Amino acid sequence: MATPIEQRGYKNPDALVSTDWVEQHLNDRNVRLIESNEDTLLYASGHIPGAVHVDWTADLNDQVRRDYITKEGFERLMARIGVTPDTTVVFYGDKNNWWACYAFWVFQLFGHKKAKVMDGGRVKWQKENRTLARDVPSYPPAKYKSKPRQDKPIRAFRGDVMSHLKKRGQLVDVRSPEEYAGTRLHMPDYPNEGALRGGHIPGAKSVPWARAINPDDGTFKTGDELKKLYEQDQKLAPKKETIAYCRIGERSSHTWFALKYLLGFKSVRNYDGSWTEWGNLVGVPIEK
Amino acid sequence: MRNDRILPPKLQQLVDTFEMFDPADRTGLLLSYADQFREVPAEVATRPFAKSHQVPQCESEAYVWAVKRPNATLDLYFAVENPAGVSAKALAAILGKTLSGLPAREIAQVTPDIVEKIFRQNISMGKGLGLMSMVQAVRTLANAAERSDTTHDA
Repeated sequence: MATPIEQRGYKNPDALVSTDWVEQHLNDRNVRLIESNEDTLLYASGHIPGAVHVDWTADLNDQVRRDYITKEGFERLMARIGVTPDTTVVFYGDKNNWWACYAFWVFQLFGHKKAKVMDGGRVKWQKENRTLARDVPSYPPAKYKSKPRQDKPIRAFRGDVMSHLKKRGQLVDVRSPEEYAGTRLHMPDYPNEGALRGGHIPGAKSVPWARAINPDDGTFKTGDELKKLYEQDQKLAPKKETIAYCRIGERSSHTWFALKYLLGFKSVRNYDGSWTEWGNLVGVPIEK
Repeated sequence: MRNDRILPPKLQQLVDTFEMFDPADRTGLLLSYADQFREVPAEVATRPFAKSHQVPQCESEAYVWAVKRPNATLDLYFAVENPAGVSAKALAAILGKTLSGLPAREIAQVTPDIVEKIFRQNISMGKGLGLMSMVQAVRTLANAAERSDTTHDA
């Protein structure tokens, strides 16, 4: 049985909630459960009762440019899922909460602070034989006046990575060891999404994202275990600026969450261009 | 790339049916196929499944088998090991229902772009490539079966 969240030594334990907590808040009007998955049919196949679906491609990404939705798009999304600035949103999903953390991260671009992740995601909920429903809930459209999207504090663009690199800043590559080494261009068992070069950004430390979780139930490891992983083994300093990246920014959202909220790293940005951008850029430095 | 080839009748009928549905209903229809998915029977394959039958680059860990009937048509069977692989199960059910019982050469003519016709907005780029890989794996088995027919006939 996993150690209770508040006893795991996290800097911000409030960023996580347990499956028990979610069960107790199923009918809480101030809480909205949001499921985000890789497989868009998964929500339709069964979800936590009352949860809404936020699809990372259709709802969070701009449909033309490689970018995220605008302030107006975010306001429309919040209206659709019945979320106001006072609603506590709780994200969960498949892949040990990859996409949940990604959605959480996008919500932070708009400054929605009342946000949490359900520890363990779908896997834990299902392993505990808790109820799943197929009814799609509808909520009264909400009025949400969003702040303009603020990329700078938590999102890194390629120019930011380049300047960070020149300052020999901390970089975390959260892909698989094979992708980091450049022996493969994509995740094991995943299709190649088109990087022309393999390897990693020079100086990046390799910490595959999944090392932050307990594989049995998808929960996050304890604060001490995470400290060992990132701070002791890889010498990443919590006070230094850090940029995390993967392939398109989804796995690194998970690491971004662990570093920022669970370990309290002072400044962490997610480079969502990640390897599908860096591995295709002309003339940028690459290490193997 | 468009596939303007004529599809096998059952598959064409299914694609036409999907065309009539709006996105929300299309999701429901896909889910109904996922619900109909039946895993490969034990007389065809048992765990651990042979890696040679695994669909490459499909994160749902799908497997496919083609078994020749006495009348030289093929039966297709699938396994999807990732319990969250709902799309892979839907596609497996669709391919099994619409292509099983056809001659290998007809199955071999079905191209991966049918995935886009069926799933439309229900796939991301990575997911789409994995599903297309399932169709390609079916084609590969059908081509192999057709070649063995030709060799045998010769």
